[in-house]
Parts: sequence; structure tokens; C-alpha cells
Amino acid sequence: MTGLSVRNVSYAYGDKRALDDVSFHVPQGAFCALLGPNGAGKSTLFSLLTRLFTTAQGVIEVAGFDISQQPRQALAQIGVVFQQPTLDLDLTVHRNLSYFAALHGLSGRTAESRIAAALERLDMAERASERTRDLNGGHRRRLEIARCLIHAPSVLLLDEPTVGLDAAARSAITQHVHDLSAQDGLTVLWATHLTDEITPDDQLAILHRGKMLTQGTCRDIKGDQPLQQVFLSMTGAAT
Amino acid sequence: MSGALIALRAILIREALRFARQRSRFIAALVRPLVWLIVFAAGFRAALGLSITPPYQTYITYEIYIVPGLCGMIMLFNGMQSSLSLVYDREMGSMRLLLTSPLPRWWLLFCRLLASTTISILQVYTFLAVAAIYGIDMPWYGYLCVFPALIVAGLMLGALGLALSSAIKQLENFAGVMNFVIFPMFFLSSALYPLWKMAESSALLRDICALNPFTYAVELIRFALYGQFNGSALGWTILAGLAFLGLALWGYDPARGIKRPGR
Repeated sequence: MTGLSVRNVSYAYGDKRALDDVSFHVPQGAFCALLGPNGAGKSTLFSLLTRLFTTAQGVIEVAGFDISQQPRQALAQIGVVFQQPTLDLDLTVHRNLSYFAALHGLSGRTAESRIAAALERLDMAERASERTRDLNGGHRRRLEIARCLIHAPSVLLLDEPTVGLDAAARSAITQHVHDLSAQDGLTVLWATHLTDEITPDDQLAILHRGKMLTQGTCRDIKGDQPLQQVFLSMTGAAT
Repeated sequence: MSGALIALRAILIREALRFARQRSRFIAALVRPLVWLIVFAAGFRAALGLSITPPYQTYITYEIYIVPGLCGMIMLFNGMQSSLSLVYDREMGSMRLLLTSPLPRWWLLFCRLLASTTISILQVYTFLAVAAIYGIDMPWYGYLCVFPALIVAGLMLGALGLALSSAIKQLENFAGVMNFVIFPMFFLSSALYPLWKMAESSALLRDICALNPFTYAVELIRFALYGQFNGSALGWTILAGLAFLGLALWGYDPARGIKRPGR
């Protein structure tokens, strides 16, 4: 099985249950929005998907690799953008990327060509020598997305990557990642609480209070209603 | 070059660049032991009589005695500084980047440890060079023999920093490390006074000093600076290093998660 598969995953912080028997599947090449209000368990799920945490309850497979049995192979298939920025602001754009490439075992000409291609893909090539601190928020996010492509992953995980960005930057980044899925066949899991980042053709999984409420295509889930209204009614925030 | 070595080189370069950027950190790391050497040791020179004990073969001044302890002090502070930057990395998020690499987690943490030790050793040699210019020098071969001792001591103290960083929840808690780790480790050791001298004041304090792994790191450096090998100091330093490393690996075990701000 390819893509991303999560089966019966649970996780608790002490007595507080953060994820309760969560299951969903994102087929290879699909863009799946993981929609949930703050505190739904999205970031906990991302920590499990990237093996920052492990859990004995449930199975996570990335591109066919079980993350608990084959963590190195699974992590090599993942490109991740965390909600919290993970750039070294005092290093140049290029230095940030080459550091990341090295953490994935890439150096020399291979790393250079991958870095150049990733920067080109995100329209960041002319900024390679700039200090990261000098970039605006939108460009920093783009840089993080460029970075997560360097090791040619097959699955992209993005945890609320548009938080704190203005409308134009948010729209551009959302479109870039949709393109990566549509044109390059990357499997994308995009965590968000903003319904306007999701298109009707996207896969959709709604997480609330650690439970998976529903999953399917956005078009099927929302029907004739606005997604925002469906989301609010499902999560009880509309009442 | 294998992926593991590529990552090691990148982590070493990153830490070296970070250190080079923090010029004040380097100056502080150098000034601190030099103040002890030039001011504190000068004051104590008359007050503290030292008998001839190994590795010394003749009477020495207090400035000579204190040099290995100050080398250890540099490594102790650097180990804690490294711990501080790990906590900072965790709060800033870049620790996540490191830990989501497909390389084994123990290797990634060891790379950080090695990077911190390398910086420690550079600082110690700079300090020894300044001390030599000041007139407090060691036998020439001591500067060579001390290199492996500095690696072992640096790794042990770095591993302590690594273990602490997994336990410290927030950057603000770091002041506690100064009060409860650095100062007791430094003062309750043979860095400033030999254990027999401590025993004259209190046998209990001497016993506490003898349990302190920092004492063994200092003695390892002291003997190496005179081209001598202290097997028990090496053994205890390695043992303590392995224990701290084990604690650090346990602290960073993904089954325990990583500490997050506010949680």
C-alpha cells in the first residue's frame, strides 16, 4: 500500500487522551486536508507521523513502510513542515537547505542539484544567498516547503503551514502545495482549521477532540452546503 | 561518504558557525577561567600550601595546580551551554528537524555531543595558550597527551548537558542548572583544591568530592598535562559519560515524546 495510512491510532498525555482510535488513508498522489479546530489533536498526530512520539496503539504506514518497524525507511519518505518554523534564521537560505540535505545523507553535486531544483520549484532561486532572517513570513514558509522537497519524499506533511501569513501568501502557498500533489504525484496531508484552503476535489478528514469524525472527498462531505457550515455543525462550534 | 558522516560534518559545521557568531560566548568562555587564574589563584597562592603529590614531582604554585581544573571548568560550562542551545533548539523548533532525519536518533544526538566537545577543546587550547603566554606552561608533550583526555572529559560533560536538556522543560529553568549543577560540580571537586586538603576540613566533603565525576575528569586532564596516565580517572569518567549518555538517550526516546513549551 502506498500513500499514507493511519489505523486505530491512540495517544494520551498522561490521563488526557489526545487521539482516540484514529484511522484514515490518503491514497498516493492525493491532497488530503486534515481539518480540525484548535486542540483537535492535529499536532499530536503529526508528532506520531514524524516519529517525534511513538505509540503502541495503532499502525502508521508511510509509503508502505510501518513507522514503528521501519522508521528510517518511513522517515526518508516524509517531507514535513511543522506549524512552528524550524529554520536557522542566522544562516543563509542555501546553508539552511544544505544542512537539511546532509541530515538526509545528501552532499556534493547531488545536494546542490536538489537544492537548486527545490528553490526553482518554489520561485526562491534568487534568494539562495540571503540571510533567512531577512525573508518575510511568506518566503520563510516557501523556503520550508522547498526544504522538505530536497530528499525527494513521496509524502508531504504540513501542519498549519499558513498560520500567521497574510491572505496573498496564504493563497500562494496553498496553491503551490496543491500543484505539488497534482503535478508531481506527491501525497499531501495538510492540517488546517481554515476551510478556505480546501478545494472540493481534495480528500478531507475532520478531526475533533481526538476522534476522526468523517473522511472522504470534500465534495461528498459538504454536499450543497458551504464547508465552513458543515465543519462548524460537526464540531459543535455553530451552536 | 556515508549518510551518517555527511550528517556529522553538517552538524559540526552548523555548531561551529553558531559558535563563531556568538563572539561574546567565546570571550566569556576565555575570560572566566583567566580571571580565576590571574586573580583568584594569585590571592590563594599564599594561603594554600601544596605538597608534592602525583602527577607533580616538585613543589608547584597554586596557579599551576588550578590549570587542569580551569580546563575542566571550560568544558563544564560549554557542556551546559550546549544543553542550553539544545533547549533553545527545542523551543525554536529546529530540534524537530534534527529528530525527524532518517538517521538513528542516537547517532544524531552523538553528533551534537561531538560538535559540543570539539568546541570545548578549541576553547581549552586557547586558554592553555593564553596561560602559557602569561607564564603558566606545561611540558610540551603535555599539550599533546591532554588531547585524548579532553575528548573523554568533553564527551562526559557534554553527555551530562544532553541528559539535562531532555529534562529541562523551558529555557527559563536554565538558571537552576547553574545553581544546582555547575556550581556544586565545580566547587565539590578537585578543581580548586586537592582532595587531601579538603579532607583536612571535612571528611564528608572529601567523600562527596570523590563521588563527583567532574573530579575524575579534572584528574584525567591533570595527569595527561604531565604525560601521565590515570587509569581510575579514565575509568570513572568513561563510566559517568556512559551513564549520562544512557540518560540522554532515554530522555530523547520517542516513546517518551519530546518536551514542548507550555506542556
